[in-house]
Amino acid sequence: MTNGQPIISIRGLTKTYHAGEVDVHALRGVDLDVQAGEFVSIVGPSGSGKSTLFNIVGGLTPPTSGSIQIAGRDLLGMTDAERTELRKTTVGFVFQKYNLLPTLTARDNIAIARDIARKNGPLDPQFVEILKLLGIENRLDHKPRALSGGEQQRVAIARAIVNQPAILLADEPTGNLDTENSTAVLAILRDLNHRLGQTILMITHNPEAAGYGHRIVHMRDGHIE
Amino acid sequence: MVLTLLGLSDGMLNDQAARARGVGADILIRPPGGNIVISGGQMIQKIIPAVIDKEPHVTVASGTLIFGTDLFNYLTGVDLATFSQLNGGFRFVRGGPFEHPDDVMVDEVYAGQHNVHVGDTITNTNHMWRVSGIYEPGMLARMVVPLATLQELTVNTGKVSTVYVKVDKPENIPAVISELSLKLNTYKVYSMEDYTSLFSASNIPMLTDFIWVVVGVGVAVGFLMVLSTMYTAVLERTREIGVLKALGASPGYILNILLRETAVLAIAGSILGILLSYATRFLIQNVVRSALIQAIVPRWWLPAAGIALLGALLGALGPGLKAARQDAIEALAYD
Repeated sequence: MTNGQPIISIRGLTKTYHAGEVDVHALRGVDLDVQAGEFVSIVGPSGSGKSTLFNIVGGLTPPTSGSIQIAGRDLLGMTDAERTELRKTTVGFVFQKYNLLPTLTARDNIAIARDIARKNGPLDPQFVEILKLLGIENRLDHKPRALSGGEQQRVAIARAIVNQPAILLADEPTGNLDTENSTAVLAILRDLNHRLGQTILMITHNPEAAGYGHRIVHMRDGHIE
Repeated sequence: MVLTLLGLSDGMLNDQAARARGVGADILIRPPGGNIVISGGQMIQKIIPAVIDKEPHVTVASGTLIFGTDLFNYLTGVDLATFSQLNGGFRFVRGGPFEHPDDVMVDEVYAGQHNVHVGDTITNTNHMWRVSGIYEPGMLARMVVPLATLQELTVNTGKVSTVYVKVDKPENIPAVISELSLKLNTYKVYSMEDYTSLFSASNIPMLTDFIWVVVGVGVAVGFLMVLSTMYTAVLERTREIGVLKALGASPGYILNILLRETAVLAIAGSILGILLSYATRFLIQNVVRSALIQAIVPRWWLPAAGIALLGALLGALGPGLKAARQDAIEALAYD
């Protein structure tokens, strides 16, 4: 973990969804700094705004107001194309439901992320080492249906970091896994953070999982407590 | 569907042309009316001895009468004595020529399709015919009966629908055609070479229109099929599209993937369509035993594939654009 200019800097962030004639205030002024190389766990009950914060940091949806800087870039006012570029180059996603493309092998699921980022050629030697660390180097030619939940989530992690994003966003990465696989996935995330200095922002309901982070951020009613 | 229907059109015309060539005549005469492929009616048989036989260089002339029994089948009345002089007559594989007025000769195709043997009785035109012989296909017609019997049966006594003429030397054919055209005035006199070369869809009234209607229906049906298929495919893959967006895929990237996938499906569908045209030909020949003849039409393969590809890409464009513009969060939440 490094100290200095935070890689994520959020001030007074709000997000209001319009559901018919009703305005839903999902975020009501969030302030948060995350340093490069930090592993932050975000916990909170359902409806507390965790996922909305995750989606805004990941560039999946624009904020309503406030300021949010990701790796020195201001997300407020970014166009759709600029947020697409941010997802391609700066953030990687790991989802609770793995979200691997079912018709592609594990190798092709990773390859398509590289293709989207227009990265061709052989894999980076460091990434090959990461595949070994993830324990999936012998499972790459299988399709998701032939992989266990733990293996699928490890492939999803590999896909999320193959383009060396500055930030890895993990939304309930152990939500669909048994205890053994949960422990393995969390240990991998911690390893990636320790070995590569990968900045990780992880949403979880599980206090034990949250304990893997350097810091736990509690959210409630659209605020950070 | 397009390749099969076009194949049927080609097959029927080619078969008719081949059987006309098999007659061995040099000139063909038809009454006024109709067109080069479809006879316009009947003419007086007496023009043969009165005009045609008297023409210098004509070695033999033989009149035939055609009577349609249904959409694709017809009886052809033949005067065997003169007809046989055109090209040596029918080559029999079983049985032989007529022995009685109520005899019928059929070709091997008809015999195979209808399981007919020499000596069997066929009922056609409310008349019982005894099969006297089965001949090699490619000669005039599938069912041939004595001319006089058919004339009497169809109240066309003394009339024929076509006269086939043999000339002593090929170089005399143009001169004979000119002379006969002058003498027979409104009658249609063709060289056999011109006649058979004109067996094409463009010379059959309405057939070209029919083909274009078939192609149009094929394109419209294909377009609707692709549209609904792609719409369903996009809907089913909403979550996958959300994943691609989360990975940083641009709308152009997603549209490109969907259109490429559509192109592969269209090409695979075109290849399947070509294979199916072989399958329908096999079924028509061996299972349905229809009088229809289907040709394989390679010259239509590329245009048909092009039409399929164009229809598929146009059909996929709308759902593809919708997918490309989809909200990533909504797409990821789709189950």
